[in-house]
Amino acid sequence: MADDNKEKNITRRTFIKNTGLVAGGVVGGSLIGGLLTSQWQTRQPTENKKTTKSLQEARVFFSREEDFAVLEAATERIFPKDDNGPGAVELGVPYYIDKQLAGSWGTNAKEYMKDPFIQTQQVHEYQHKTTKQDKSGPNTSTKLPTPTPRYQSRLNRSEIFIEGLRKIDQVSQKKYNVPFPKAEVDQQNEVLKAFEKGEVDMKGVAAVTFFHLLVQTTLEGVYSDPVYGGNKNMMGWKMKEYPGPRMAYLNDIDKEDFILMEPEGLRDYQSHGS
Amino acid sequence: MAIKLDKVDVVVVGTGWAGGIVAAELAKAGKKVVALERGEHRELADFTGVKDELRFTNRFELMQNLSHETITSRNTLDETALPVRTRDEMMAGTDLGGGSVHWAGATYRWWPYDFEMYSKTVERYGKNKIPDGMTIQDWGIKYDEMEKYYDRWEKTAGISGEPDPLGAKRSSDYPTPPMKESPPIHLFKQAAKKLGYHPYQVASANLSEGYTNPDGQTINQCMYCSFCTQYGCDFGAKSDARVTVIPAAQATNNFELRYESYARRVLHKGGKATGVMYVDTRTGQEYIQPADVVALGAFTFTNNRLLMLSGIGQPYDPKTRKGVIGRNFNGQFNITFLGARGFFNKKKFNLYMGAGALGGTMSDFAADNFDHTKLDFINGGGIELRQYGDGAIASNHVPKGTPGWGPEFKDKSLFYANRNLEVWYTPAIMSWWHNYLDLDPTYKDDFNDPLLRVTNKYTDQDRNIAKFGVEKCKEIMKEMGANVIDEDDIPDEFDHIYQGGHYAGGVIMGADPATSAVNNYLQMWDMENLFVVGGSAFPQFAGHHPTATIGALAYRAAEGMENYLKNGGKLA
Repeated sequence: MADDNKEKNITRRTFIKNTGLVAGGVVGGSLIGGLLTSQWQTRQPTENKKTTKSLQEARVFFSREEDFAVLEAATERIFPKDDNGPGAVELGVPYYIDKQLAGSWGTNAKEYMKDPFIQTQQVHEYQHKTTKQDKSGPNTSTKLPTPTPRYQSRLNRSEIFIEGLRKIDQVSQKKYNVPFPKAEVDQQNEVLKAFEKGEVDMKGVAAVTFFHLLVQTTLEGVYSDPVYGGNKNMMGWKMKEYPGPRMAYLNDIDKEDFILMEPEGLRDYQSHGS
Repeated sequence: MAIKLDKVDVVVVGTGWAGGIVAAELAKAGKKVVALERGEHRELADFTGVKDELRFTNRFELMQNLSHETITSRNTLDETALPVRTRDEMMAGTDLGGGSVHWAGATYRWWPYDFEMYSKTVERYGKNKIPDGMTIQDWGIKYDEMEKYYDRWEKTAGISGEPDPLGAKRSSDYPTPPMKESPPIHLFKQAAKKLGYHPYQVASANLSEGYTNPDGQTINQCMYCSFCTQYGCDFGAKSDARVTVIPAAQATNNFELRYESYARRVLHKGGKATGVMYVDTRTGQEYIQPADVVALGAFTFTNNRLLMLSGIGQPYDPKTRKGVIGRNFNGQFNITFLGARGFFNKKKFNLYMGAGALGGTMSDFAADNFDHTKLDFINGGGIELRQYGDGAIASNHVPKGTPGWGPEFKDKSLFYANRNLEVWYTPAIMSWWHNYLDLDPTYKDDFNDPLLRVTNKYTDQDRNIAKFGVEKCKEIMKEMGANVIDEDDIPDEFDHIYQGGHYAGGVIMGADPATSAVNNYLQMWDMENLFVVGGSAFPQFAGHHPTATIGALAYRAAEGMENYLKNGGKLA
């Protein structure tokens, strides 16, 4: 027990240091401490009970559990559980994002990342006036209708996420005196809206750019093939009545009625021939 | 130190439709041809069993790796251009087959009016119809001369289609029948007919039946599987350079393909091209490939940049409006493909099925098919309803006013996923003195060569034609019976997102060396053994998809190269 407490305290100190809360003098330490403690107390037993978790559900990019907890809460607000079915967390979206950020996309391996990265008013305006991906020219009806910011940041995507998630938590602490994962749903929504509207200042990147990335990756996690870690048990596809990759619709393309199929994933598709 | 290789008859840069056709035709004519491809080898096995929306549509698996090279972009001359850094903002093909591998397959011939746009506009409406600063021009070739090359390309590709009821004269029918009509396409055609228009099935490079082309290459039947645009076809059922002209070239034994070969300079001496200097990107070794004829058949950006880096032709200067290389940049961006999206509360469609070029279209508002006397723009465009086959990530359309995330978004995006259709307009884009290409003063590629810089902005012509199109699309969507109809917004300005691959000009064709870089055989005015083939030759962009015209021009250019190798001299 003593060791447990020690660990908690370290976490708490780090948390407070990172959020700059004490410096800002917004909240008393005991309140934060209480919140944090209760957060840990409720989290730990649940985690132990989750025996159905797949072996892939562990963090490989986010080191700090606090960052991941903010990600979980934020993605759940973007795609919440409702009568239609599961939300982002149940679908494994946070783990999907974690894996994406650990890979070549997260480190901008195939993007032009050469200097100079100009930060001017012009760049600022580009980041706040974005086109939806499905409205940016020919062939784009195949694109997700989230905005595409003009990317002029020195930060790669994984760095943007770290900074953005910590900023979300700071804003929540500042506005509501509560860590983002513990805030009320309405409060969480308000915090995210502040990012969406660009009312929050981030370093090296616009808050709207980060927010659009967050929305885009959340939807990707809901609907990409389960092989990437989201869309758990193809529940995203089930909700959308999407069948997954199939060989052919040659005989169905001209059918009048909607055809509902049990989804199949890439794993099924690739084992067709073997 | 560069290694100098043995001379060949023709060296071709690029292996898409442009480079591939040129390579095949000259190899078939007995010429020794070497093709340089900057990307990798690709074969059917690369596309089999990999139907993965995230990988191909969202992460652009088949597109150029921008970490080595991209472009910079700005709107006006006094701005600092910024690099187009991510593949979300830049779609440019690479690897064997280039952009042809991941194209949608929609096939249109451009109109007689398009090829003589300047003259015919002046003839019908007078000189004042063309605004000051608009630099459109005739192509130096007419539709009647282009027809046989269109016919040739359609037969190579096995295009599936039916004649456009309003279309220009054709010497023969499409080689294969049109694709199947899905319920959304039927609904579109019925509505258009009711309004007195002339709808027909989009001519498609996703083939309605198996087909063997005149070169002996076989293309398979399309399965309507939806993994089409931005993908290589799982079944070899989409016509591209990789399944047609590349194997035709290889069958001759006169053809050698070199991969990971990044062309850096066209070498020249005494006004003639002597070959191409390229780098093997695996080893860094430089090579010089000497040739009697050099053909640039790469993407618009590469064709332009190679000429500029090589010091060939007079670069266009917007201040004096003199010079030709980089002049008349044009293309279809965020002000095109706008229209109306309809949401249907009681109809449900199988939108997860489809093919890249599956669709209905009409030409009633294309080219100069309608009277522009009282309109504040010239030219027109196609109106289309396409059924690409929606991926699960992409199909998140919600009526305007719905938040982009949260509970209401989730509920409506799920409800409407199979209940929304879009009708859009594909307007022509005119050229202007202020839209051009040159080399960027700041940003460099891996070899420290300057990047290409695009300067491009919109004018009232662009905004007016887009607005006109949205109105027409809305009218059709209303007739189709949608419960909610959302008009697309007309953007004020070009947003520097290069999606869809319709970017052209800069090495444009024409009849006058003062205003064009190449003649109507795509032979450089300034260098008679250098041919520049592809969308880079378009003096302006017509109101339909460009691929058939690129294919036709490539056949024309190949004929020119053959003539040149036989007789020498200027061909026009």
